[in-house]
Amino acid sequence: MSLLSVRDLTVKFSNRGQSVTALNGISFDIARGERVGVVGESGAGKSITGFAMMNLLSRPGYIDGGQVLFEGKDVLKMSAREQRSLRGNRMAMIFQDPMVTLNPVLTIGQQMVETLRAHRKLSHEEARQIATVKLKEVYIPSPEARLDQYPHELSGGMRQRIVIAMALLLDPQLIIADEPTTALDVTIQADIMELLLEMCRSNMVGLMLITHDLGVVSQVTERTLVMYAGRIIEAGKTRSIINDPQHPYTQGLINALPQQTPPGSRLKQIPGSMPSLNAMPSGCPFHPRCPLANDLCRTTMPKVVQYADVEVACHEVQRLQSDLTSEAAQ
Amino acid sequence: MFAYLVKRVFQAIAVMLVISLIGFAIQGNLGDPLRELVGQSVSEEVRQELRDDLGLNDPFLVQYWRFLGNALQGDLGTSYFFKEPAVDVILKKLPATLELVFGATLIIVGLSVPLGVYTAIKPNSWISRAIMAISIIGISIPVFLTAILMIYLFSVELGWAPSFGRGETVHVIGYWDTNFLTVDGWAHIIMPSIALSSIMLPMFIRLIRAEMMEVLQSEYVRFAKAKGIAPWRIYFVHALKNTLLPVITVGGVQIGTMVAYTILTETVFSWPGMGSMFLEAVNRVDTPLIVAYLIVVGFIFVVTNTIVDLIYGLVNPTVKLARLGA
Repeated sequence: MSLLSVRDLTVKFSNRGQSVTALNGISFDIARGERVGVVGESGAGKSITGFAMMNLLSRPGYIDGGQVLFEGKDVLKMSAREQRSLRGNRMAMIFQDPMVTLNPVLTIGQQMVETLRAHRKLSHEEARQIATVKLKEVYIPSPEARLDQYPHELSGGMRQRIVIAMALLLDPQLIIADEPTTALDVTIQADIMELLLEMCRSNMVGLMLITHDLGVVSQVTERTLVMYAGRIIEAGKTRSIINDPQHPYTQGLINALPQQTPPGSRLKQIPGSMPSLNAMPSGCPFHPRCPLANDLCRTTMPKVVQYADVEVACHEVQRLQSDLTSEAAQ
Repeated sequence: MFAYLVKRVFQAIAVMLVISLIGFAIQGNLGDPLRELVGQSVSEEVRQELRDDLGLNDPFLVQYWRFLGNALQGDLGTSYFFKEPAVDVILKKLPATLELVFGATLIIVGLSVPLGVYTAIKPNSWISRAIMAISIIGISIPVFLTAILMIYLFSVELGWAPSFGRGETVHVIGYWDTNFLTVDGWAHIIMPSIALSSIMLPMFIRLIRAEMMEVLQSEYVRFAKAKGIAPWRIYFVHALKNTLLPVITVGGVQIGTMVAYTILTETVFSWPGMGSMFLEAVNRVDTPLIVAYLIVVGFIFVVTNTIVDLIYGLVNPTVKLARLGA
């Protein structure tokens, strides 16, 4: 049994009685200790997926259907108390911007101790001890003194290390990291990512890494989900997706990487932009930007098929596959 | 901390100098002190002599300097009507006013925080809607009208509370008699306090609600939820502390403003404080008393603001007092 199974998860946003679909029945699994990357442009629904898994969507977003099975139990059907005992304990989250994730008027120690004591019967002193150990694990110098400092006294990189330490406090099974390095200085992004990878490896923690950095995905994750307009359009082993992407969108993303272009020439970007939620095109949502689009793409949403190591939702890939099978039949 | 304190005190002194200058300028231009002192049956020569004796013909700055020197020694002139030092007249009336402001502050602090937090947490419940509707009415009706309506309803029609005066008080020390030690005193102070708080209370409920709702949308509240923290702790530890920081600053200014609002409340309830005294002084053109009132109220305002700023510095960890002072 996988650690986490998401089944047909649908999220909608309501706006003055009207509702738009932000997440369109997505399904995926994360095994114990597995590191999964979720990539896509802004607005693809990556962060919404992360928050929906914790049932922490903020209004006007709401979950319209589907299941989030954590160790076989549906998180969305649990009582508020059960959900709370899961959050921060079995399933932890790391946010994007460490400058705003920590409460400015509480000390680091208060914020770590309260997390421990929300889930375990510990004295204040015992909780402080554990917090000190965790801070040391994420290479915070003089952790004892940090506990009595306020967030504004620490740098962004230091704060993100502390957020990671907080996520690890209760030895969770899964960490959802929502662009954990985007808001940081480029020089420390690699350090933080390496730390996160090391922590997940050594503690056998599952990781769902939400990012738009394909380089990071290839270094850190074992499996990758590519999202576009609220759907997973390609999923598979990270190696396969990076080396042999099947969906035209994924191919476009990889071709757009600066490493794929000789110095001095223009980057190969994907023309157009992600459709907005209330103007979703018919058929395959990528067809207006797709170089291979045909009439079928404009009218019908493609099904997910298995092809060359990956699961992919594309009519063109489906056509190639049926050609192959018919050739094989002959 | 010390440097910051010194800086704040200097700012306060500068503000007091400006207030005293305005006060003094009023004194020189409001009525003729000679007429108040000797009436009309004295000849012009004697008047001129008196003017010289009193220093009224000296240049403006010389007179102001003398006024300032006297003020620093606690002498703000002599009331024409009471024939005693204006400061003494005010100090006798001050405790009644301060007790009224204190009563109103208790009501505001005691009710605005729970009601503001409640309306922020449950913005769509009918109780919240009712609170917000009533608060709009409270803000819209002028204090004197609220006071008169209250007297009509609770004193005249229902007879629940007395409509004027301080009632039975207990002597504490010096000029200070208190309302808070007798049942009759409480009965007398309750309606004026409510009337005085009738504008500030709704304002604070709305302010706390707006701040709290904004804080509840913040990333750190979301992060606290993702850590599995119980809702009560998120509301009252994570959110409330951040909510109250800006409220403290506004609160300091408003307590000072309330001292001025007492003029209306005290007049309607015949409350023997310095607000109603000020109105009487204006009617009698008792210039020294008017000026002394302005300066004393200005002083109270400046002192409360300075104290509130210092408290803000202590409560908000992101304000490093030592660094600010440097």
